[in-house]
Amino acid sequence: MIPLRLTVNGTVREVLLEDPRVTLLDLLRERLHLTGSKKGCDRGQCGACTVLVDGRRINACLALAVSLDGASVTTIEGLADGDALHPVQAAFITHDGFQCGFCTPGQIMSAVGLITEGQAGTDPERIREGMSGNLCRCGAYAGISEAVLAAQGAGDGAAIREDAA
Amino acid sequence: MAEIALTSAPQRARHGSSMGQPLTRRDGPLKVTGRATFAADNVADGTLHAALCVARIARGRVTHLDVAAAEAHPGVVAVMTPDNAPALAQHPDDKPHGFIFRLDLLQDSAVRYANQPIAVVIAETLEAATEGARLLSPRYEAETPRIGLDAEPPFTPPGIGVGQPPEETHGDVEAGLAAASRRIAATYETPAQYHNAMEPHAAVASWDGDRLTLHTPSQGMSMAQGRLAGLFGIAPENIRIESPFLGGGFGSKGLISGPQILACMAARLVGRPVKLVLARAQMYGPVGHRAETRQSFRLGADDAGKLTALEHETLTASSRFDDFFEPAGGVSHTLYASPAIAVRHQAVRVDTGTPLFMRAPGEASGSVALESAIDEMALACGMDPLEFRLANYAEVEPISGKPFSSKALRECYTRGAEHFGWSARPRAPRQTRDANGLLVGWGMGTATFPALMFEAQAKAELRADGTGLIETGAHDMGQGAWTALGQIAADGLGIGLDRLTFRMGSSDLPNAGIAGGSAHTATAGGAIHAAGQAVIAQLADLATNDSASPLYGAGNAGFVARDGRLFRRDDESRSEAYSDILARAGRASLTATGKASTDPAAAKTYAMHAHGAVFAEVKVDPDLGQIRVTRLVGAFAAGRIVNPRLVTSQYYGGMIWGMSFALHEHAAMDARTGRFLNDNLGEYHVPVNADTPAMEAILVHEDDAHVNALGIKGVGEIGITGSAGAIANAVWHATGIRVREIPITLDKLLG
Repeated sequence: MIPLRLTVNGTVREVLLEDPRVTLLDLLRERLHLTGSKKGCDRGQCGACTVLVDGRRINACLALAVSLDGASVTTIEGLADGDALHPVQAAFITHDGFQCGFCTPGQIMSAVGLITEGQAGTDPERIREGMSGNLCRCGAYAGISEAVLAAQGAGDGAAIREDAA
Repeated sequence: MAEIALTSAPQRARHGSSMGQPLTRRDGPLKVTGRATFAADNVADGTLHAALCVARIARGRVTHLDVAAAEAHPGVVAVMTPDNAPALAQHPDDKPHGFIFRLDLLQDSAVRYANQPIAVVIAETLEAATEGARLLSPRYEAETPRIGLDAEPPFTPPGIGVGQPPEETHGDVEAGLAAASRRIAATYETPAQYHNAMEPHAAVASWDGDRLTLHTPSQGMSMAQGRLAGLFGIAPENIRIESPFLGGGFGSKGLISGPQILACMAARLVGRPVKLVLARAQMYGPVGHRAETRQSFRLGADDAGKLTALEHETLTASSRFDDFFEPAGGVSHTLYASPAIAVRHQAVRVDTGTPLFMRAPGEASGSVALESAIDEMALACGMDPLEFRLANYAEVEPISGKPFSSKALRECYTRGAEHFGWSARPRAPRQTRDANGLLVGWGMGTATFPALMFEAQAKAELRADGTGLIETGAHDMGQGAWTALGQIAADGLGIGLDRLTFRMGSSDLPNAGIAGGSAHTATAGGAIHAAGQAVIAQLADLATNDSASPLYGAGNAGFVARDGRLFRRDDESRSEAYSDILARAGRASLTATGKASTDPAAAKTYAMHAHGAVFAEVKVDPDLGQIRVTRLVGAFAAGRIVNPRLVTSQYYGGMIWGMSFALHEHAAMDARTGRFLNDNLGEYHVPVNADTPAMEAILVHEDDAHVNALGIKGVGEIGITGSAGAIANAVWHATGIRVREIPITLDKLLG
């Protein structure tokens, strides 16, 4: 048994893992029942499992849970403040940045990471590049880029939040 | 059962008509917070995990599986093989009717294609199941597979698509070609493509005696229920399928696939709930694909640039063991006027999984080839591509001679060309470079897709408190059914969306048909509308027979139902609230059902299609051959638009699929082994965000009084058509090189 201590969405979770093969994604989904993060490829090619670990975006399917003892993990479930959506979440609704919604948790976590990293600024081309680790087969890319751009400029996002409420 | 009720009022709601408003998605809050429950998100305690073991050969049989090794792995509960798979009531190769496809459900040791399921390992954890499947280490007796369009001599299939004739002709093509002053002949190839919905096929199955509950993504729950009922020998009503959200379908979830049924068999074998989710590579084989085609054209035109003959011959491939023949020639029935047209299909059989419908089946493959050929013919005539298309505009459907129920294609051409700036296009290729020295090319293509209807039913209820309920077993795979059908439902009941409870996505609800063929909004929406009308008619009966109602005796005047009130059509000053009518009648609620399907009289009289025009700009690196699409403008006319925000997104998605078709997608197979070379999302290329050009979708107004009661055509598939050809034509215009083997990749420009 491998004891693990993770902070997930602000809550400390003590986990006893009987199996070292468990990925962070499978830990979240199958054992902690946080199923917002999605598995589209299980090998880091689609981005549907993107979460923040200690503030950085990673593919949860490529990280072994046992390697993350002590880490802080933020998933899509940890983004909204009660009923108040995070500005990026609200912007995805306003700008129709999804269709089927399966890649959406990964897109949103990636967008939050990108904005936090301060890499893209308000340059649409850099936003498109920075979001290109997250595939969307429905082709909602125009809305995704607009949403990231809007959320980036929204400061605390109050305006966007109000718009989508 | 999923429902979206009063708490998720969309933004920009206003009273009165909901249809036509650009509402945001009603399921949006669930989807952006991770609370939308996709099939694999069902994680009830006690559920076992299953993993597939799939064939590494394409033809032959399995001679050995190391079942003992898998069983010995800690956590493995059972290994399901042909030796112990639960008996089925019907062999999965039986075809009681043509719209059933043969499935591989562990009935014998035969291998018919690479990635065919050959065993299922069921375990306490996903990790144990996955490792157990690996430990089976199958051994095979392999035969040499036959792969590719030259695998064997072609034959003419009895039917293509869903039973359309393989050959249709009108006029004399040879005479038309002989009379032509300009002729071209050209052959185009399109590759096998795989749907690759982001959500892998998943199934969580549990049995309670002979009752099955199945959480699985489905574009057609009723048909899936019927298939399962036949296989397991149980009544369809003993099967409950829950599919509130699909993580994309694109046709691959239209018919229930073998792996989804294997999950049900595994649950029966172990007597516990089982979850089975396909690995990405396992989606290349047992869940369908778009078959490869080779399309040969001969076109002739007279001195005025009018077509005298159009011949479109398609060679495609189906599997060795079942029939699905890509109907690529259909576009040539529809688009361009010609006194002589011949459309023929031939096929070969290969050792792959059976191909299936994939977004714009037939039209997508046919359109990229036809639009390229039309451009080549325009060039041979010395005409601008748009001018040539207008010269050959079909005023009636070319082969059938039927009038169109509506066709605003001229306006699509005009508005698309204006927004794009088409008139500035130089006629000759390789004339333009941008500031960085990249070659710039402009191309166009005509878009078309049939306006289909299937069959659907819905149930409506109006309650004394002024709220309403609509139920139909509709499917949302991303097109926006939760929202668009909700808008139709609210209008059907004459209430605001905030007073409506809408339920869909479960097989326990009335059958809403198939989410496919771009027909779901028209069909399920039609049933909802009919159910709403029926319940409003009951309400009107109550009012007109009640002397205390201001509507008393107004039975012949007709009514308008709006905002929870009935109004006299001829005098809107006389009206009454639903709740007052129901309260006086002592009724807690009224219920009614409705249905919708193709109107046979309309279908006999009219040709019914959506149309559009797509204009593309590409830039090509003259030294490296790298191609980027920089601009796409599409103008589409598809009847009544229920929600312009969602329709725009459908067009964008379709146009990106068109770009993907032209430049990216290609399932590569080793012809010697029949195995895939790129069965993953890293090497099977689909567009990423950075590939996306600046896009514009223009919604051209079109009224259609014939297509169905609501005047709705479909928007989900048409965006691919036209776009792929427009991009292919733009690459020619940029470079002067005509690539006839799709996808167009840089190596084909450098060779």
